[in-house]
Amino acid sequence: MKNWLKDLRYWLQENLFFSYKNSILSVVAGLFLFWLAYQLVNWFFLQAVWVGTIEDCRIHQEGACWPFVQVRISQFLYGFYPSEERWRVNIILFIFFAGIGLLVYERTPYRGKIVFFMLCVFPLLSWLVLRGGILWLTDVPTGRWGGFMLTLVLASVSIVSSLPLGILLALGRRANSLPFVKAFCVVFIEFWRGVPVITVLFATAFMLPLFLPASVNFDQLLRAMVGFILFSSAYMAEIVRGGLEGLQRGQYEASDALGMSYWQSRTRVILPQALKLMIPGILLTIIGLFKDTTLVLIIGLLDFLGMIQAGIADPRWGSPNVPFTGYAFAAIVYFCFCYSMSIYARYIEHKFSEGRERR
Amino acid sequence: MTFKSIGRGLIAFSLPIVFALGTLSFTLNPASALGGFGGGGGGGGYGKTLEEVKDKGYIQCGVSQGLPGFSNPDDAGNWSGIDVEFCNAVAAAVFGDPTKVQFSPLSAKVRFESLRSGEVDLLARNTTWTFDRDVALGLEFVGVNYYDGQGFMVRRNLGVNSAFELNNVSVCTNTGTTTELNAADFFRANKLKYKIVAFEKADEVVAAYDAERCDVYTTDRSGLAAQRTKLANPREHKVLPEIISKEPLGPVVRQGDEQWADVVRWTLNALINAEEMGLTSANISSQKNSDNPKVRRFVGTEGEFGTALGLDDNAWAYNIVEKVGNYGEIYERTVGPKTPLGLSRGANALWTNGGILYAPPLR
Repeated sequence: MKNWLKDLRYWLQENLFFSYKNSILSVVAGLFLFWLAYQLVNWFFLQAVWVGTIEDCRIHQEGACWPFVQVRISQFLYGFYPSEERWRVNIILFIFFAGIGLLVYERTPYRGKIVFFMLCVFPLLSWLVLRGGILWLTDVPTGRWGGFMLTLVLASVSIVSSLPLGILLALGRRANSLPFVKAFCVVFIEFWRGVPVITVLFATAFMLPLFLPASVNFDQLLRAMVGFILFSSAYMAEIVRGGLEGLQRGQYEASDALGMSYWQSRTRVILPQALKLMIPGILLTIIGLFKDTTLVLIIGLLDFLGMIQAGIADPRWGSPNVPFTGYAFAAIVYFCFCYSMSIYARYIEHKFSEGRERR
Repeated sequence: MTFKSIGRGLIAFSLPIVFALGTLSFTLNPASALGGFGGGGGGGGYGKTLEEVKDKGYIQCGVSQGLPGFSNPDDAGNWSGIDVEFCNAVAAAVFGDPTKVQFSPLSAKVRFESLRSGEVDLLARNTTWTFDRDVALGLEFVGVNYYDGQGFMVRRNLGVNSAFELNNVSVCTNTGTTTELNAADFFRANKLKYKIVAFEKADEVVAAYDAERCDVYTTDRSGLAAQRTKLANPREHKVLPEIISKEPLGPVVRQGDEQWADVVRWTLNALINAEEMGLTSANISSQKNSDNPKVRRFVGTEGEFGTALGLDDNAWAYNIVEKVGNYGEIYERTVGPKTPLGLSRGANALWTNGGILYAPPLR
C-alpha cells in the first residue's frame, strides 16, 4: 500500500510538478479538465431528461433530451425502411457483426472460408435480402433505405472494394514495363485525387444518368457507391504505393533471383511486407471514408446524420436541447465506431511488428 | 497470419470487384429478371412524365431534407408537411391512392439538377418562384402553394416595434441565401447600420440568436415561426410586422412537358377550389350526387376532365379531396394555428376571406 503511494508521489513529482512553471500549468490544465468533465457529465447525465415527452424537455432545458432519441431510434437506424420488413435488416446486421467478430478473434476455425463468405457471398446476399423483390420478399427500393444501415452499407462496400482496386492501381502505377497501364493508372489516380469528394458524388449522381440511355434505371444508391469506390480507390492506391516504395530494393531483387513470377513475388513477398507498413495509412483512409459517407446527404440520401438532422426539423420536437442531443448522439456513435476500428488497427500493427526490430 | 494467407486474402479481396461489376451490368440491363432495381427515374424523358409515372406506379417527389411544417419525418417515420401533402394530392389525382409517392429529400443545391435529370418527377420543396428560375433554368412553376415572405424576429426587451427602428443591430442569418441579400438590401435602402452574422445551418443560426450573439434573426416568416419553438423561451421573442421580400413557394416541374405540368397545376387548383366550394374530406362523399353543376363537375359525375388531363379517372379531384383534403385542411394540419408553427392564414387565405389564394374555375 505504502509502496503504491510512494510510486504515485514519485510519478506526480516527475511528470506534473517538477518545476514552478510546470506545476502552474498542471493545476490550470487539471482544473480545466475537471470543469469540462463536470459540464459534460452534468449535461449528458445529471440534468438530462431520460424519460418523458417534449414538454419535459422544454422544462428542463439545461440537459440532454434523451426521449427525442428514444422515440426516433428506429428511424435513425433503419431510415424509412418499412417497419414490418426490418427483421431483414436485423438479420443482415447480425451476420455482418458476427462475421467481423469471428474474423477479429484469431482462433476461429475456418477463418479463410469466413473471409471468402464475408467478401464474396455476403455482399450479394445482403443486397438481395435488403432490396427484396425476389421470392416472397417484398421489394424495398433503396430510396427507403436510410439511417445507420445506409451508412454501414455505403462504408463497408466502398472500404471492401477500394482496397483491392487500390492495390491493382498502385501496382499498375509502378509497372514501368507496361506504359499504357501505367499511364492509365497515373491519370486515374491523379484525376480522382484532384477532385473533391462532393464533386465526385455530384457527378456520379447527376451526370451519369445523362450519359446512359433514358430507359436505364440506375439506382441512386449504386451511383453514390460507384462515386465513393472510385474516389477511395485512388486514395488507397497512393497509400499502397507508399508502402511499396518503403520496401528495400533487395526484396524485389531477391524474389526475382529466386525465379518467382511477377504475381508470385507480389503476392508472397512484396505485398505482405508492404501491407504491414500501410496499416496506419489504410486505417486513416477507412475512417475518413466512414465519416465521408455523410456527404450523401447532399445528393438526397438520408444516412445516419441525415436522419438525425431531419428528425431535429420536426416542429413537434421544438426545444433548444433537441438539436444538441441529436448531434451529441451522432458524435457518440461515430466515435465508438471509429475508435474501435482504430484500436483494432493498432493491435494488428503491434502484432505484425513483433519479431521485427522497430525502426 | 502468414504471408501465404495474406496472399490468399488478396485474391479473395479482388473477387468483390468481379461481383461489383457483375451487379452493375445486371442493373444496367433493363430486361433484368429481378426487375425494379432502380429507385430513381432514369434520364430525360421529356414530354412523357405522366406515362412514365403511371408505368412505374408511383410519383418520385422531391422535398426538403427537413423543414418544419413543409416536409419533415414525424415520430412514426412518415413524411409530413404541406409540401409532402401536396405530393400526396398529386398521387391521389393520378392513382386514386395518396400513398403512391416516393420522397427524395433534396438539398437546396441539387434540387433543380434532380428535377432536370429526371431523378424526381415533381419538386415540392419550398422553392421560391422567381423570374430567373422560371425563365433561365428550364423549370416550370405551376402555381403557389404557400405565400411566404422574409421577416424579422427580435427579443422583446430590445424595445423595437418595427423593422425601421432596427439601427446599429447585428443580424443572424444563413450564408449564401437570398435571405442574406434581402436583409442587406433592406438595411441599405433605409440607411440603417447593421452587421450580418451568418452561419451555414439553420440550427447554428438559432443557437447563435438564442445565445444573444445577435439582436435580430431574419429568415422566411414560416421559418421564423418554426425556429421560434426551438428557443429557450419563445415568449420573450416577437416577429416584427414588416415583410421585406416576396417568397411565393410553389411546386415545380420540368419545362416542356405540358401534360404533366397541367396535372400538377390542376391538382393545386382543385385543392383551392375545393376549399372555396366548401368540399372537405368529411363531406365530399355525400356530395357525389349533388345537383349543383359546379360540384358535379368537380366530383366527376359530369364532364370528362380527368380524361382531358390524361388521367384514368374522371373523379380525380374527388379522390384528392376525399383522401387528402382541401387546401384549408392541409394548411390546418401542417402549419396552421393549431400546429407548433401556429401560422395564421394571412395572405394564404382564400380571396373570399381576405387572402390572395385564387384558383381558375374547373369547367
